[in-house]
Amino acid sequence: MEGQLSVNHLLGIKYLTNKDLALIFKTAEYFKEIINRPIKKVPTLRDITIANIFFENSTRTKLSFELAEKRLNADVINFSASGSSVKKGESLIDTVNNILAMKVDMVVIRHSSPGVPVFLSNHVNSCIINAGDGTNEHPSQGLLDAFSLQERLGDIKGKKIAIIGDILHSRVALSNIYTLKMLGAEVKICAPLSLIPKHLKTLGVEIDTDLHRTLSWCDAANVLRIQQERIKDNLFPSVREYAAAYGIKLSTLNSLGKKIVLLHPGPINRGVELTSDAADSEHAIILDQVENGVAIRMAIMYLLSSKFKKHEK
Amino acid sequence: MKHKVLLDSQKIDIVLHRLACQLLEKHIDFSNTVLLGLQPRGVYLSHRIEKILKEKYGISSLLHGKLDITFFRDDFRRSDKIITAQETNLDFSIENKSVVLIDDVLFTGRSVRAALTAIDTFGRPKEVELLILIDRRFSRLFPIYPDYIGVHVDSIENNKVKVEWKENEQKDAVYLIE
Repeated sequence: MEGQLSVNHLLGIKYLTNKDLALIFKTAEYFKEIINRPIKKVPTLRDITIANIFFENSTRTKLSFELAEKRLNADVINFSASGSSVKKGESLIDTVNNILAMKVDMVVIRHSSPGVPVFLSNHVNSCIINAGDGTNEHPSQGLLDAFSLQERLGDIKGKKIAIIGDILHSRVALSNIYTLKMLGAEVKICAPLSLIPKHLKTLGVEIDTDLHRTLSWCDAANVLRIQQERIKDNLFPSVREYAAAYGIKLSTLNSLGKKIVLLHPGPINRGVELTSDAADSEHAIILDQVENGVAIRMAIMYLLSSKFKKHEK
Repeated sequence: MKHKVLLDSQKIDIVLHRLACQLLEKHIDFSNTVLLGLQPRGVYLSHRIEKILKEKYGISSLLHGKLDITFFRDDFRRSDKIITAQETNLDFSIENKSVVLIDDVLFTGRSVRAALTAIDTFGRPKEVELLILIDRRFSRLFPIYPDYIGVHVDSIENNKVKVEWKENEQKDAVYLIE
């Protein structure tokens, strides 16, 4: 397999090719082996500095990126918007350029506005990795979800994958749809219609509003949380009613007559989209996703950094 | 480009048997020894040595792994050549073991230096030895010397030494490319 990505930034899955996906997954397999060694570090990025710029809250993604960077031996600086000069009115480009002036080679950015990573890639001279831009994309999550599914199901081509929950406010949904469709999966979205954006049908996915029918159809279900912090209108009567209609219980899973794989990008609202017994059941690969997240992010940063400026000979 | 045959398949066979005997002399029953082939081409050699030790000398249990050094190389972002990682397979502990690192050609010593760093991530071996089929002895840039040597080749830097294995290239042969 050839060892170069077709892109210089990771802005979204929609900019990647099938070859890119295969290369990222293969490289992540090697990194997964490395992070299970007694000493989990490689010296590859010892001359690279990476800034994690998070304008939105994050636990898993930020920790996962930071750990991946440290496992690759990169120097890491962390920035979060709260308590920074952004509060004093500094613009995004100024903030990022000031960070880059400290000789930073790569920027991992999360922002509430869709398109910020693309905007930055056009206006600053650095390698940009999108760690989630509003309700647009969360490419590293899409990659790690597909990688985890491949580990469990083998080739994803022809497999039936459901994405269940708050699609309207989710960046994970879009990155998952792009990745799974590229890999040849059949994708079905399941949610109340008020939580499904209108354009979604144009992406070649099926839409269903019945949870039991969807679970009976699928080989795996990626369950997304209700993003209460983003919901401004009354899109459903109450969280309790949502949980009654769309919450996945272990008893529901056991009644399907087959074993399906359950994913969740976290954080889980236990008792809403998943009950505790379902989240902790043998169906769930939620902690595998977290482990794979580090390997996938190591692969992304390794492959991207191999593309930018070469050392003087 | 001129291809000069340094070793044909018969000579390679003799050299491999000699190397296996030298290993046997030192490691006897291989109970605390690990053979570790360096990806990609050292793996062919380590498999051959393992086969001889098992089939000719009755060594029944032998720890054997393969090691990829891609992420430990010191030429990352310094070379125009695209480096592609390969599988590492070392599913046993090397703690306090005698590790025999195996590669086909020893040139500058950079790969072996990277391999020594990579081995460290698996634990602390008792010792590490180096087995090489072709030692280009006047090209070394690091203080690295093999413990078991197939043959020495004295060549200028621009020459290349190519080792072909029948598993991959139909026949066993070592060429000097001038």
